Amino acid sequence: MFKCKAVWNKLAPLVRASSTLCLQNARKSVLRHGRRLEMVQKAQMSSGPAGGGGENTLYYVLVGATCLGTGVYAYRTVSGDKERYNERMIDLVNRPKQGPRAAEAVTEVVAGSKEEPVEEPTLTEAPVEEPLVTEAVVEFTESEPVTEPLVEASIPEPTVETLVTESVVEASVPESIIEVSVTEPVAEAPAVTQSEEPLASVVESETEPTPVIITAHVPEASPVSESAAVSEPAPAAEPVESTAAHSDVPEHAPYLLIGGGTASFAAARSIRARDPGARVLIVTEESELPYMRPPLSKELWFSDDPKATETLSFKQWNGKERSIYFQPPSFYVSPTDLAKVENGGVAVLTGRKVVHMDVRENKVKLSDGAEISYEKCLIATGGVPRNLQVIDRAGEEVMKRTTLFRKIEDFRSLEKISREVKSITIIGGGFLGSELACALGRRSTDLGLEVIQMFPEKGNMGKVLPEYLSNWTTEKVRKEGVNIIMDAVVKNVSYKNDKLEIKLKDGRLIETDHVVAAVGLEPSVELAKSAGLEVDSDFGGYRVNAELQARSNIWVAGDAACFYDIKLGRRRVEHHDHAVVSGRLAGENMTGASKPYWHQSMFWSDLGPDVGYEAIGIVDSSLPTVGVFAKATAKDTPKAATEQSGTGIRSESETEAVAVTLKAETTAPPPPVQQKEDYGKGVVFYLRDNVVVGIVLWNVFNRMPIARKIIKDGEQHADLNEVAKLFNIHED
Amino acid sequence: MSYLNIFMSKDRIIFVTKEDHEAPSNAELIEDDPNDPYEDHGLILPNGDINWNCPCLGGMASGPCGQQFKDAFSCFHYSKEEVKGSDCVENFRSMQECMQKYPELYPQEDDNDSAPSGGADNAPSDSVPTSSPESTPATTENPAAS
Repeated sequence: MFKCKAVWNKLAPLVRASSTLCLQNARKSVLRHGRRLEMVQKAQMSSGPAGGGGENTLYYVLVGATCLGTGVYAYRTVSGDKERYNERMIDLVNRPKQGPRAAEAVTEVVAGSKEEPVEEPTLTEAPVEEPLVTEAVVEFTESEPVTEPLVEASIPEPTVETLVTESVVEASVPESIIEVSVTEPVAEAPAVTQSEEPLASVVESETEPTPVIITAHVPEASPVSESAAVSEPAPAAEPVESTAAHSDVPEHAPYLLIGGGTASFAAARSIRARDPGARVLIVTEESELPYMRPPLSKELWFSDDPKATETLSFKQWNGKERSIYFQPPSFYVSPTDLAKVENGGVAVLTGRKVVHMDVRENKVKLSDGAEISYEKCLIATGGVPRNLQVIDRAGEEVMKRTTLFRKIEDFRSLEKISREVKSITIIGGGFLGSELACALGRRSTDLGLEVIQMFPEKGNMGKVLPEYLSNWTTEKVRKEGVNIIMDAVVKNVSYKNDKLEIKLKDGRLIETDHVVAAVGLEPSVELAKSAGLEVDSDFGGYRVNAELQARSNIWVAGDAACFYDIKLGRRRVEHHDHAVVSGRLAGENMTGASKPYWHQSMFWSDLGPDVGYEAIGIVDSSLPTVGVFAKATAKDTPKAATEQSGTGIRSESETEAVAVTLKAETTAPPPPVQQKEDYGKGVVFYLRDNVVVGIVLWNVFNRMPIARKIIKDGEQHADLNEVAKLFNIHED
Repeated sequence: MSYLNIFMSKDRIIFVTKEDHEAPSNAELIEDDPNDPYEDHGLILPNGDINWNCPCLGGMASGPCGQQFKDAFSCFHYSKEEVKGSDCVENFRSMQECMQKYPELYPQEDDNDSAPSGGADNAPSDSVPTSSPESTPATTENPAAS
């Protein structure tokens, strides 16, 4: 019936076409012949309805050919469709599913496909056998009763269960499968209880043996069964583990948070605050509980505590010690208890990665095969550090000596390496690179370590700070003991004589022991494909709306979210506070708030313990900027003053001269000249179409609310000096 | 006097002395709407409710003893007694009981009886440096602040 319908569907337009063709032909011939008849009085009643000899044959040939062509085309299309349909069915059932489900799909296959001669007998038997087979799978019963139905049933029957592994079309193959399935349990008699499971797992998860089985013919059944039996012990161990692992994975989580970083934790907290008794499950690839990242490149390096790398505790500004972990383990509920605990809680499932997301069914699949269904889901997968292409291609020896810094383990490993090697090179002049350079630079004298930092820009933070501040920053980093190489484009990295040799584009050669690549973050958007989510082509990351929503019931926050900021436009932000703000917002929206991204997040950076700055909004050095700085007096910044005391005194007395010299000096590029100018404290405004879109607070603290307000207003201010007055930069 | 540096480039620099900035600013700021639904609010929402999501509370409302904390604090907040909160002793007791079960999370301090101060004490020690308490991140990460 289906066939007929398909055939008719294909044929109908062709039939119509050919009939119109026939009609047209007929009309033409009639007209022609009509005219002819007028002209030629002789009535030639030759064969054919339209009359006219030669044209008649031509006409018949044409129509005949058309019909033939139609027939051929229709046949080809239908058989092509059939093939594609079968392939699709194979694909569907071959996808690693659990026993019962596979059986269900198989039943569908059985019910759906009419073309299979094999299917006919199974149609009636399949539904009956299915529950038996699946029950056996689930209940780990003896192998005997399991194999009995397999043996008893007609030959095609086991194909129902083993259809999971093989093509529906191949009728001969099932025979070998029966033999395999029969021999296997027999051979594995001791492992009786596990036999059905391993078989299932072999057929489910091992796609490797399946092509072997498919192509094997009956005579080859024994080698097939052998090879399958060989692969048996391996998967036999697997199911034991996976079932054990599966057991601690809850099947359902009302709130599922993918990723265990800052954004995820902030969302968990927000959800729990707003939805009493909420049950939140965090699934993370890492083996650590949620922790904060900034101390990994700042405080933990400055800590005097030798145990800092183990305990991961650091001293805050107020002297209090705290751990980088947001909460100690006792805060969290275990995943198995999550469904039962009275007031709900937050559970963290570590060491598991979400590999597939089914948006229609509202469930995800983990790397170990477990599935979790959800009601609301947050994707907070963050990103992975980018690597330089030249290092990627450079080979294992170079890769072994390269650190891509992001996680706790990277910090621990780099800390250890810093005590062992003689020279470390940091590639990258942004936040992470500069902070690490300062951190390592501080240790350089104690450890006898050479610290080199190289980047293509003209100064540290070259893409963030205006040139004069970037130059100033570079000087500061130099003072921390770092050898800075600017305008450095890495062309090649090779391993020679137990050292790494970095070759730059301009020919310079740098020898070092270890490389730290801090060249950006690649947002993790692996779930986009399976979930059908949009990925932004400009900024990377999942594209979400102003409320951080990707689709109904799916939100994205943190580094991976490319969101619409009502005030500043579409952007993607990779800062800690943004992760907190966006995570909190996502959590609010997951509990029904429907709030857009409104509270502007800020960021900060420390260049050694002496100088720091805070910033908010779009801080891009390509934008025009206006900087308002407090004129350095002898009183200001005592620490900085010790380094630049000459400047301070000079600028007081020689006012006019300073103005002129300032102009001359500041227009000159070389850093040593800039050193004389003290940008001790100040505010820098970043403008876009005359509106302030970003602000840097340079060594002034506790003024962030004012900065936030100015950006929120989005006004065009005529005199930014007046705006700067709001900050009271001269006061502490 | 302030000195103006006009670069050829797009970056302007202005150096100002204390005197330059003495006169109050004439920059116009837009007045804040107290009922703005988008705005993040402090501890108390415009309608008088408690904002459980306030970063100032740290993890108090979201932890294992979150429910007890919410009950106790709500009772205190809405208490109309002369000695505010005197009718909430039961709530506070059950909260304290719960907190004693998690000494790691709720370090036992002497003033644990009063929830706000207890919460405030615990908040900086176990909260995420967020942007709402502005000083915290600024000074948490900037030992230079003096």
